[in-house]
Amino acid sequence: MDYSKEEYLRIMELAAEFEQNPNQRLLEGKVVATLFFEPSTRTRLSFETAINRLGGRIIGFSDSNSSSVTKGETLHDTIRMVSNYADLIVMRHPLEGSARYAAEISSVPIINAGDGANQHPTQTLLDMYSIIKTQKTLDNLNIFMVGDLKYGRTVHSLLMAMSQFENPIFNFIAPDELQMPDEYKIHLREQGIRYFEHREFTDFISEADIVYMTRVQKERFSDPIEYEQVKNVYILRNSMLKNTKPNMRILHPLPRVNEIHPDVDKNEKAYYFEQARNGIFTREAIIAHTLNLI
Amino acid sequence: MNDPIKKKLKLKVSAISEGTVIDHIPAENLFKVISILELDKTHNMITFGANLDSDKLGRKAIIKVSNQFFEDDDINRIALIAPHAKLNIIRDYEVVEKRIVEVPEQVVGIVKCFNPKCITNNEAITTSFTVLHKEPLALKCKYCEKITHEHQMVIK
Repeated sequence: MDYSKEEYLRIMELAAEFEQNPNQRLLEGKVVATLFFEPSTRTRLSFETAINRLGGRIIGFSDSNSSSVTKGETLHDTIRMVSNYADLIVMRHPLEGSARYAAEISSVPIINAGDGANQHPTQTLLDMYSIIKTQKTLDNLNIFMVGDLKYGRTVHSLLMAMSQFENPIFNFIAPDELQMPDEYKIHLREQGIRYFEHREFTDFISEADIVYMTRVQKERFSDPIEYEQVKNVYILRNSMLKNTKPNMRILHPLPRVNEIHPDVDKNEKAYYFEQARNGIFTREAIIAHTLNLI
Repeated sequence: MNDPIKKKLKLKVSAISEGTVIDHIPAENLFKVISILELDKTHNMITFGANLDSDKLGRKAIIKVSNQFFEDDDINRIALIAPHAKLNIIRDYEVVEKRIVEVPEQVVGIVKCFNPKCITNNEAITTSFTVLHKEPLALKCKYCEKITHEHQMVIK
């Protein structure tokens, strides 16, 4: 997905229309294949809800154990076959670059629902829709990213997308082991975008418009002691939200473990469940845009 | 040196009348160059020398292909493994043109993506890279978007 700024805004506009009127039978008579070569219940249900609300029919599988992959079929052959059956393919695959490869083979459009650690573009678009909905703009925002900034593809994609808009400021909060990779910092410097790095998660989030939390995953650490040392440092608690800006909202791609304390949930600044709901409208918009239905 | 007999004595790989001489190939990459240029499939006469002394490279290799001339796009494919290679185009035993190789903007095939989780390392796919930097080499995979650096480069 290499969307231009205009395309991002077009998707946002369509998502807002679908939020007003989610049930539109634009996919009437069409078949959409959801091919999940690795399980992702949240993303699959979100896509399947979007397809159902658009009146489409669904074929597919929810993990590769229930597909012919277990018989040794290549991705190439699976895509060739399914593109004969369906009008659109939504695909999740553990290998990086699989979606681009599938798009080269397929005779119907492919929507990437995540290709390994590489991209998860529909998550980025729903994150952006959540930002524009709560901030009324994508320009001049101070975005704090917290947790696993090294392996977290959602923060990388969001950073790349937001860096196309006017004057963003990024604040990265992560342990040494999970810092934002250099290639992204180089990108920001080349674009003349300001960013700040922090090791500690304290009350300076008072500057933030968006706090984007991610899960610090135990399996990312080579040394379990290091994980034990940092796992409780990056927990957002309700008490930390006292001096934050009124427009500030907390996002999280979910699932969360302990990085957002449950006492935050009742705060009006907690936005992660609405964010997941926004995923439906955003995916309806992406499908409609991809198939030129509107 | 101008004496043709002395010159002939100095040649370790015999001269050709028509064709291409590819000189200054790093000795260890001789067979990779042969493979990339598909010289293992040609019916033209080929002579080559390996482990020749070279001031620049220490040990170099040289290939002489009779009656065959290369397009720039083809010859630039060896730039990744023989960046200092020089081509002499020979007509009637005389060098009529000299060419150098250049790293292309796109590298298709030849190099493996260093990322083991890239789809290209898991299915039969021709790799494709955009060249981000020429020296040292940095190649961005078209599929997984990861960057393979020169020290990670493996020739397929």
